[in-house]
Amino acid sequence: MPPLGLLHMRAWASLFSRLLRPRGVVCIREVHFHSQVSEAVLTSQLKPQHEKSNFIIKTPKGTRDLSPQQMVVREKILDMVIGCFKRHGAKRLDTPAFELKEMLTEKYGEDSGLIYDLKDQGGELLSLRYDLTVPFARYLAMNKVKKMKRYHVGKVWRRESPTIVQGRYREFCQCDFDIAGQFDPMIPDAECLKIMCEILSGLQLGDFLIKVNDRRILDGMLAVCGVPESKFHAICSSIDKLDKISWNDVRHEMVAKKGLAPEVADRIGDYIQCHGGVSLVEEMFQDSRLSQNKQAIEGLGDLKLLFEYLTLFGIAEKISFDLSLARGLDYYTGVIYEAVLLQTPAQAEESLNVGSVAAGGRYDGLVGMFDPKGHKVPCVGLSIGVERIFAIVEQRMKTSGQKIRTTETQVFVATPQKNFLHERLKLISELWDAGIKAELLYKNNPKLLTQLHYCEHTGIPLAVIIGEQELKEGVIKLRSVASREEVAIKRENLVAEIQKRLSES
Amino acid sequence: MAERAALEELVRLQGERVRGLKQQKASAEQIEEELAKLLKLKAQMGPDEGKQKFVLKTPKGTRDYSPRQMAVREKVFDVIVSCFKRHGAEVIDTPVFELKDFDIAGQFDPMIPDAECLKIMCEILSSLQIGDFLVKVNDRRILDGMFAVCGVPDSKFRTICSSVDKLDKVSWEEVKNEMVGEKGLAPEVADRIGDYVQQHGGVSLVEQLLQDPELSQNKQALEGLGDLKLLFEYLTLFGIPDKISFDLSLARGLDYYTGVIYEAVLLQTPVRAGEEPLGVGSVAAGGRYDGLVGMFDPKGRKVPCVGLSVGVERIFSIVEQRLEALEEKVRTTETQVLVASAQKKLLEERLRLVSELWDAGIKAELLYIL
Repeated sequence: MPPLGLLHMRAWASLFSRLLRPRGVVCIREVHFHSQVSEAVLTSQLKPQHEKSNFIIKTPKGTRDLSPQQMVVREKILDMVIGCFKRHGAKRLDTPAFELKEMLTEKYGEDSGLIYDLKDQGGELLSLRYDLTVPFARYLAMNKVKKMKRYHVGKVWRRESPTIVQGRYREFCQCDFDIAGQFDPMIPDAECLKIMCEILSGLQLGDFLIKVNDRRILDGMLAVCGVPESKFHAICSSIDKLDKISWNDVRHEMVAKKGLAPEVADRIGDYIQCHGGVSLVEEMFQDSRLSQNKQAIEGLGDLKLLFEYLTLFGIAEKISFDLSLARGLDYYTGVIYEAVLLQTPAQAEESLNVGSVAAGGRYDGLVGMFDPKGHKVPCVGLSIGVERIFAIVEQRMKTSGQKIRTTETQVFVATPQKNFLHERLKLISELWDAGIKAELLYKNNPKLLTQLHYCEHTGIPLAVIIGEQELKEGVIKLRSVASREEVAIKRENLVAEIQKRLSES
Repeated sequence: MAERAALEELVRLQGERVRGLKQQKASAEQIEEELAKLLKLKAQMGPDEGKQKFVLKTPKGTRDYSPRQMAVREKVFDVIVSCFKRHGAEVIDTPVFELKDFDIAGQFDPMIPDAECLKIMCEILSSLQIGDFLVKVNDRRILDGMFAVCGVPDSKFRTICSSVDKLDKVSWEEVKNEMVGEKGLAPEVADRIGDYVQQHGGVSLVEQLLQDPELSQNKQALEGLGDLKLLFEYLTLFGIPDKISFDLSLARGLDYYTGVIYEAVLLQTPVRAGEEPLGVGSVAAGGRYDGLVGMFDPKGRKVPCVGLSVGVERIFSIVEQRLEALEEKVRTTETQVLVASAQKKLLEERLRLVSELWDAGIKAELLYIL
């Protein structure tokens, strides 16, 4: 059997870390090899047929493996997101991947058809969680928690039509931050928006904007325009499409498909094309129709207060009160928001339009749906669309040709001589025991050039070299891989010298 | 209403019947049959679930992790992941906080990667400070060779293996009874096995068995013993030979191991004197599996692999218990500064101030009151 190239071996090392666990799953029938290595080896020699095998090796539709390079990017993004959540004092929570089916039913409105149900095997009926919000509400009700500020990073599953190119999958990661509890109005809501701004700025994705609206303003607006209550929901989802299709198309849908009177549609059109800062809120307060609607006034009042706090937080100019923001989910009861990236024309041409990168809102009634006595716990929160952000960052790195290290190895242990394996093993053990990240080749007698190439290829900054000469003199050669400069260090000073070099770089 | 109640009762009884059959390990056909009946009954009940009251719970066999538990979990994962990174592992696919496996795939010079896996296991278990531990080591080829020379028929290898595997939980007498009484093994064969599997030791045991008159006739066993000898050499250079025990009773459940196998166990876990030791079994395990990739490759090309898996759930319960016993306080946030005011109506000032702190990267909170 031909051995794989040395340089590829480490990539292989990670490919199979999932295959065997959880225990008992010996034959996972669908595995998609994603790294360059695996593709090179397998696809060059494979035809995607079933010559000898009875199955095609792939991940399920709408899912993917992540290669080492992709994982490095993902880790950086998650680190920054979680760092922000921690900075705001959130505690971490985790819930199971699946819930009792009845926990999820009737929480998502018309999206309920997108929930993955697990097969009935005679026990409990289960469904994969669709988001992290409903499990949070379930947790609060189950544990009778009245106040909590938590974050949750985890996978969720939805049977949507995947558009892989835009980072929309059936299995994806969400990063949620929520504040539950009865507090003085709009302070937690403002903090959520502050967090969204911090994260999006920190990720350096370019200019962004956060659209803000309120469910009560929306409902009030529809009412004063003359929309029959029974059509509220349907009209809302038409309005929601305004970020993708034109007002004319939306209007057409409302009139032709949803049976709305044309003049009602026109009245709606007047409102939803408005967006602005706090001045627009003031303007709407004065609006002859809206000011007659109690709900709308409530919503506008809260938005006014919100803008005050956002100004104190220094982010008011990033926020736009946008009357066309409708948002999909049923459970929002108050303020709703959605962050979009603003692209330069050049960017827009070459890059992906992924829609919103973060969103959220207030949902005061959800916990009450779980509580046996219907006790409410008001909540407000946000969700960061890491998959979409990830797709953007990945593409940017591709275009810029940036090289990503996939390991954090600091020192490589090498030898120019044959029969020096034992010395290498002893030496590397010393480094590991001192907490230094180190590697060596799994070869009894590797060539020095091969070893040094490995360092260059994988980005390892330092190498320690031991041979006959060094052993006699009680020294180790410490080599900077980049500059190729070598210096002899006494064996007993090696660890300290390495740590010094690493801390300086 | 009564009809529905009767139906519910039938569903309940049928559900119990299915569960009972599964527990008794009845035949698959039987279970299928009864399961089909259950599903039919349920279908009759109709989609009425929305109206019923439901109990707030997570699915059977699952749980939420509270902030306190998550904080402990994170600490444990930090130790594990930093060890993997120290050994040059790349990460794939799973988010970092789920990572607990480390594998090395590829054709390399023998036993070096295997030795590194054991070094990693020792580093992790030491760093976690959950007490003294021992790593038992054996080899599939030695096991198979041993069974052959003892006279176990080929067809009984796997089933005898799983009996031997129970030796860490039950006595040799019980295991022997199972092999002879339930699995039809000749008593003298069982006795011969008994002589071997009750042995454990360091590299000297390897040397001893290399001289064993029966075992040394078996090619497989010799291969395995040779590899273990080499392994012990490297483990000595890695400074961990005293943590490793060559144990002939280690049989490990899974079919796909082809060479060295290992399992780490804690030596004692009670925190308070007089308390029952926590029986958590192994906390990490692994081995060499050279044939698995070949099962996926359409041309059956093999990629040799060796790896380990850390039993995080078990470690997690140990650490949790330990913290509770010591009544150690675990912070669930990392907040450094609280912005407060002694006076009323200073919300604006507090908001401005906390925003400054956040913008400077300081972890800060304020109370959501006016």
